[in-house]
Amino acid sequence: MLTKKRALTLGVGVLVSATVLSACSSGSTAPASSGAAPADTAAATAAAGEITLNLATVNNGQMKDMEKLKTEYEASHPGVKVNFQVMEEGDLRAAVTSDVASGAGQYDIVTIGAYETPQWGANGWLVNLTPALTADANYDVNDILPPVKAALSSGDQQYAVPFYGESSILMYRKDLADAAGVKFSDHPTWQEVADAAKKLNTADMSGICMRGKPGWGDLFAPLTTVVQTFGGNWYDMDWNATVNTPEWKSALEFYKKLLDDSGEADPVSSSFNECLTALKEGKTAMWADASVAASMLEADDSPVKGKMGYAHMPVNKTPESGWLWSWNLAVPASTKQQDAAVDFVKWATSKDYHKLVGEKLGWSLVPPGARTSTYEIPEYKEAAAAYAPITLDQMSAVNPAQPGVNPQPWVGIQYVAIPEFQDVGNQCAQLVADYLANRSSVDDALTKCQDIAQKAGDAHKG
Amino acid sequence: MATNLVPAEVDSVNFDLDRQRAEKKLARTNRSLLLPAIIFAILLTQIPFLVTIGFSSIRWNLLYPKQVGFTGLNNYIEVFTSGDLWPSIIATVLITASSVILSLLFGMLFAILLDRKLPGRAIARTLMITPFLIMPAAAALIWKYSMFDTNIGIMNWVFRLLGLPTISWATDFPLYMVIIVLTWQFTPFMMLILLAGLQGQPKDVLEAATVDGAGPWRTFTWITLPHLRMYVEIGVLLGSVTILQVFDPIAIMTKGTGGTKTLAYLLYERAFIGLNVGEAAAYGVVVVVLTIIVATIALRTLFKVFMEGGER
Repeated sequence: MLTKKRALTLGVGVLVSATVLSACSSGSTAPASSGAAPADTAAATAAAGEITLNLATVNNGQMKDMEKLKTEYEASHPGVKVNFQVMEEGDLRAAVTSDVASGAGQYDIVTIGAYETPQWGANGWLVNLTPALTADANYDVNDILPPVKAALSSGDQQYAVPFYGESSILMYRKDLADAAGVKFSDHPTWQEVADAAKKLNTADMSGICMRGKPGWGDLFAPLTTVVQTFGGNWYDMDWNATVNTPEWKSALEFYKKLLDDSGEADPVSSSFNECLTALKEGKTAMWADASVAASMLEADDSPVKGKMGYAHMPVNKTPESGWLWSWNLAVPASTKQQDAAVDFVKWATSKDYHKLVGEKLGWSLVPPGARTSTYEIPEYKEAAAAYAPITLDQMSAVNPAQPGVNPQPWVGIQYVAIPEFQDVGNQCAQLVADYLANRSSVDDALTKCQDIAQKAGDAHKG
Repeated sequence: MATNLVPAEVDSVNFDLDRQRAEKKLARTNRSLLLPAIIFAILLTQIPFLVTIGFSSIRWNLLYPKQVGFTGLNNYIEVFTSGDLWPSIIATVLITASSVILSLLFGMLFAILLDRKLPGRAIARTLMITPFLIMPAAAALIWKYSMFDTNIGIMNWVFRLLGLPTISWATDFPLYMVIIVLTWQFTPFMMLILLAGLQGQPKDVLEAATVDGAGPWRTFTWITLPHLRMYVEIGVLLGSVTILQVFDPIAIMTKGTGGTKTLAYLLYERAFIGLNVGEAAAYGVVVVVLTIIVATIALRTLFKVFMEGGER
């Protein structure tokens, strides 16, 4: 009797595990059958009254400010509610990609990067925004920074609008650097930065904070620019992977030595937000990362306001090494609320929104790198005097067509504009993280990464 | 006499027939009452599984919606040749086994402590159960920032206070990090099951043992432990099945680095970062088959160890 009971328990256990596992594996694919929902039927339901717009976004400061100000939009648009789903960068990317690609229609507005926009636009997954944007003279679509606008278009049609744009710069504690007798030029080299980091490194404060969290958008955003300025790149002009090269090796060894000698204590858990906190809390003296961070460091509630110095992203063999990135709002083709969604997107990226942020939250928090006119607002010029010029300077100096030493077959700096790249970058980031944590050798990591990259490159040959 | 006997025999035959009929009817009723639940279970478990098997034979990368097509066993070939499967199996077994054993040991300790009469026992029990009630994702976030963090984490704060070097958990000890969080979460689960076992222990047996002169250690090893065997088995089985699928601490704390890429996380990566539906489905099928094999063979041999000469 007991044996039977035990067998039964076992059977139930097996069944439960089988259920969960099979549900887990099929769950991701199930919504695909519902297909792309017709956007036209949306207007009918929209008119019926209460509209809820689901907006997926990344947990960066500017997006959280938008969430704070959404009540202003809801007040001026009765009947519309905007529901924010704020996620970490990696989670957002996974959630939004699978939702938009399968046409599940969970989100009405999505926050996507410069990397995805042209690819998804060409796939027909996003609503073409050009008609709506050009039709509205007040919106002034040509005010959007030209390089950013170009990066978000596919075949002259614009599929997303920049919420903010950024390059990468070097940020350092000027007060500490002065005290230690460290001087930075406007265009420092990586070797100068490594030496300075060593001098500023103390028991309580790391000399520099650099991203080490595995993920192509985390670790590989700065690391790809380091590799490029050390002379390496992901692919050559014929889509042969060029990862297992001396240039990559020297770049990785430099990055690891920098972190080992004077980096933050736990690099594998550090990305943008962790380093931002560390710099604000006085736990690190330098940080080379997204230029948008400067506006947070100079915000009124920042403990390091006014103590910061800024310089171009450090270089080695190239004249510039900053990346070019924008976080953008786009409307998936699968939304049922297209008109309302486009309206909110326009509001959140308008000149008026920039003024609203300045008046309500402070002028230093105005989303940078999106509109030329932002840099002409007197209050913004005054509030962002420390970093607005260098942001514009760095953004216009970079060359997305050829950021490295050698030409490349895609446009884009810290990423490769092929769909496989997030998978390639992600797997390689884990290999590099193992190298950073002394669990594998640099050759081991690069050999494995080369294979992964080559497999993806093969699909684009010919 | 004979005429009297016949009706009696007929009666008894009729009675037997009636009883058989009644039993059959009862069995039919029982079965028909179970039927909706069985159909529901089949619909919910077997159809998605069949669909998954179907998907696993299709070339379907979400990033290339125009290239969907039948591909035979290629996805399975990819699963077995990519070299990701074996390390992932090792990681899953390591994490599951260590977490189950550790939480079982701690659960046993706390169950014995809470089985005694002490003031505030109810409050202590409730507090002990709390980790199990917290959502896994929230637990992982709490541990990541409030406990393991190098700058603001409590653990490193204590280390600094004691003059010890700080530990970079995510960089140097990702595997331990995951096991610690899982042990913390599943200790209350084991404790609850073992506590129920301890409470169900007949007091007269314990009294008799004391009268016979058995000390607390002998009473525990010779009477309490054998009595708890069944509860340990259930705890190990349910704990293993649950921890086998664990995902949250890995996704939040280690991102699959340092030997923490379990089968569940690998499957997630293939499906949501690789966006390769066909390959992910193939992984899903392989994982289910492996789980069934492990559950039937390994757990059965494991239980024999507890059984002391096949007592039951």
